[in-house]
Amino acid sequence: MEIRRRADSFVGEICAIPGGEGVRLCIQCGTCTASCPHADKMEHTPSQLIAMARAGMRAEVLSSNAMWYCLSCYLCTVRCPRGIKQTDLMHALECLAVRQGLSHGRTLTPAMYRSFNDFVYSLGSLPEFGFMTWFHLLTNPLRAFRMIPVALSLFRHGRLSIRARRLTPEGTNQLRAILDKAESLGGVP
Amino acid sequence: MKYYTYFPGCSSSEGGAKAYGWSTQAVSKVLDIELTELDDWNCCGSTPYSSIEELASFCLSARNLAFAEKRGLDLVTPCSSCYVILNRTNSHLKQYPQLKADVDEALAAGGLEYHGTVRVRHLLDVLANDIGYEAIEAKVKRHLDGLKVAPYYGCQVVRPKPSFDHPEFPQSLDKLIASLGGEPTLFPLKSRCCGGSLIIPEEALALDLIRKLLGSALSNGAECLVTVCPLCQTNLDAYQSRVNKRFRTDFNLPILFFTQLIGVAFGLGDEDLGLKTGIVPAERVLAKYL
Repeated sequence: MEIRRRADSFVGEICAIPGGEGVRLCIQCGTCTASCPHADKMEHTPSQLIAMARAGMRAEVLSSNAMWYCLSCYLCTVRCPRGIKQTDLMHALECLAVRQGLSHGRTLTPAMYRSFNDFVYSLGSLPEFGFMTWFHLLTNPLRAFRMIPVALSLFRHGRLSIRARRLTPEGTNQLRAILDKAESLGGVP
Repeated sequence: MKYYTYFPGCSSSEGGAKAYGWSTQAVSKVLDIELTELDDWNCCGSTPYSSIEELASFCLSARNLAFAEKRGLDLVTPCSSCYVILNRTNSHLKQYPQLKADVDEALAAGGLEYHGTVRVRHLLDVLANDIGYEAIEAKVKRHLDGLKVAPYYGCQVVRPKPSFDHPEFPQSLDKLIASLGGEPTLFPLKSRCCGGSLIIPEEALALDLIRKLLGSALSNGAECLVTVCPLCQTNLDAYQSRVNKRFRTDFNLPILFFTQLIGVAFGLGDEDLGLKTGIVPAERVLAKYL
């Protein structure tokens, strides 16, 4: 009984996020796994992840690297015979993992997403150079060093702006008010 | 004249894909399309926001959509990521009432409301379906004369469904290339992923995907490749030398925005198209048309 309750609550949490409800529909045919460009790099394939979620393996699912390797290419989504929005489901698992502070294998994807979002929240736009530099310095300064040739070639071709595009001051304040409100509503759901 | 509201996205406005923005405007002018940039727009949030902060990501899009709704025109973007994210917000707001209520409440904190009436379009869709191949062909000044072009769609312009083209074997870009006099090559991987933003945290994985795409294009005889997305272009172009280094390959395939290729066929000059912003030089294959 206890195992069953645990499973129910985890599936319930996933279903409460838009797109996550598909977790109940899966027939384990493996089409998503066969379609995924990164399935062989994941600790658990997309279909395994669904099976584990339905078995209530919350910690194992949310600490997997699988959803962080999702490319959001939507190939699984258009092929799923049950109409599951697999990509949205992966995002739902990422949201839950972040919310519950679970570790994410060895992938740097969550840190990259976090850096990206911090810039967008602060500026309303994404200055690519600042964001990339910030991310590399935060996670692995050595890699920032290795990125110099790519950065230089972009710079030489006029593709690396140091200056960020800014919204009007009213626009910036308005956007912050909206995002702050969203945060106070506690995310989805 | 056709009128649209224009959402360039961060890359095509002041980011690494400025040339995409320039060539989009230049080609639109020739085709009698008026693109008016959305006032004070913000970043769509792309995959990073929708992956870890769902509600906030819908609010980012909804602010843009609310502004666009006031203008009452279709919202056109040349970026596949902006396209998929803005569209996703539209469809989710219709499908999930609680989400809509929360987004409405957040928007109200900024004095805005959104009623879900904006149609979000990708530039490829507009050129293929609103303008049409014949009208494009009529503006061609320099016939591309059988130039072999790999038509690369990437993921998010044709997926998820419903889409304006087939989700796995799309044709619109092929037909567009043909209308310019170019020869769209066979390209089995034309709607496979370039690695997207995972090029940043998981470079090794993304480089492998890029290698497969470049290999597929070359083995089918492509002289250049066109993309419809700023991130695809950056990954295939700026990271081509990294692919060569990692896999000991010698790819040297120019990667163009599709609007740049259209511009070349329309007889526009480099000042309009920004061809020199490409890392892999395109002059070699385009010299005879310039």
